[in-house]
Amino acid sequence: MTGNNLADYLTLGLIMFSIGAVGVIVRRNPIVIFMCIELMLNAVNLTFLAFARFTPTSAALADRAESFMSGQMMVVFVMAVAAAEVAVGLGIIMAIYRLRNEIDIDEMNLLKG
Amino acid sequence: MTVFMVLSTIAILAALGVVLFSSPVRSALCLVFNFFTLAFIYFGLKTELLGITQIVVYTGAIMVLFLFVIMLLNLGGPQTWKERFEFRTVLGFGFGFALAAVIASQVFANFQYFDKPQAPDSFGSPQALGRVLFTHYVWPFEVASILLLIGIVGSIMLAKRKL
Repeated sequence: MTGNNLADYLTLGLIMFSIGAVGVIVRRNPIVIFMCIELMLNAVNLTFLAFARFTPTSAALADRAESFMSGQMMVVFVMAVAAAEVAVGLGIIMAIYRLRNEIDIDEMNLLKG
Repeated sequence: MTVFMVLSTIAILAALGVVLFSSPVRSALCLVFNFFTLAFIYFGLKTELLGITQIVVYTGAIMVLFLFVIMLLNLGGPQTWKERFEFRTVLGFGFGFALAAVIASQVFANFQYFDKPQAPDSFGSPQALGRVLFTHYVWPFEVASILLLIGIVGSIMLAKRKL
């Protein structure tokens, strides 16, 4: 077993999440903003798996199989939701592009009032 | 340890590339690199099935969808617009550093002694995952399938030119 500890994985997850958050704020291309959201979701997945691997379970649950599996289950459902989100979101971007012939995020201000 | 350091360095550089490249195609390819190295980090965490799922779902399906939309919108060429340098850029980077600093200062001191894996080595195998997924988590599994069905219907509705 390699000598990694939990803080290494958490550091990588934190750095990736922060880069994703910066990208969501800074960029103007909505497709790149979607990519940064995927980056943040993956950082959270990494922290889920690291916690699932490293943290001890309570003694009352230690002999049951599902006590170790909740982190991995959460990652499975995050992946499913991310797939649905990307399909619908990119469909919305395509619809906006057909309607207005541009996808600059600063020009999408119909709801601004 | 060195393997993890190399993989995490590649992942962080690829994540920086996603944000800093102005061409969306280059951002997408950097994101593919990032997902791939993350899959190998998942292998290192002994969650083999999720690592393979990461490669298949993210780099296989989602990134193809991204590249397909970039191609359809014709964003890959040199006519892509320049990112303006403005106050929001400075604000965004400042916010990112502040977020990282706050979380790092509050979280890491509690977890630096967790250096031994507690879960058994076989906890990421397909047998263990499938058994729990179809017994203890069967209700969220079915709800996720309904969510994916709604996603399919919604994206088809959005893709139609007129209803």
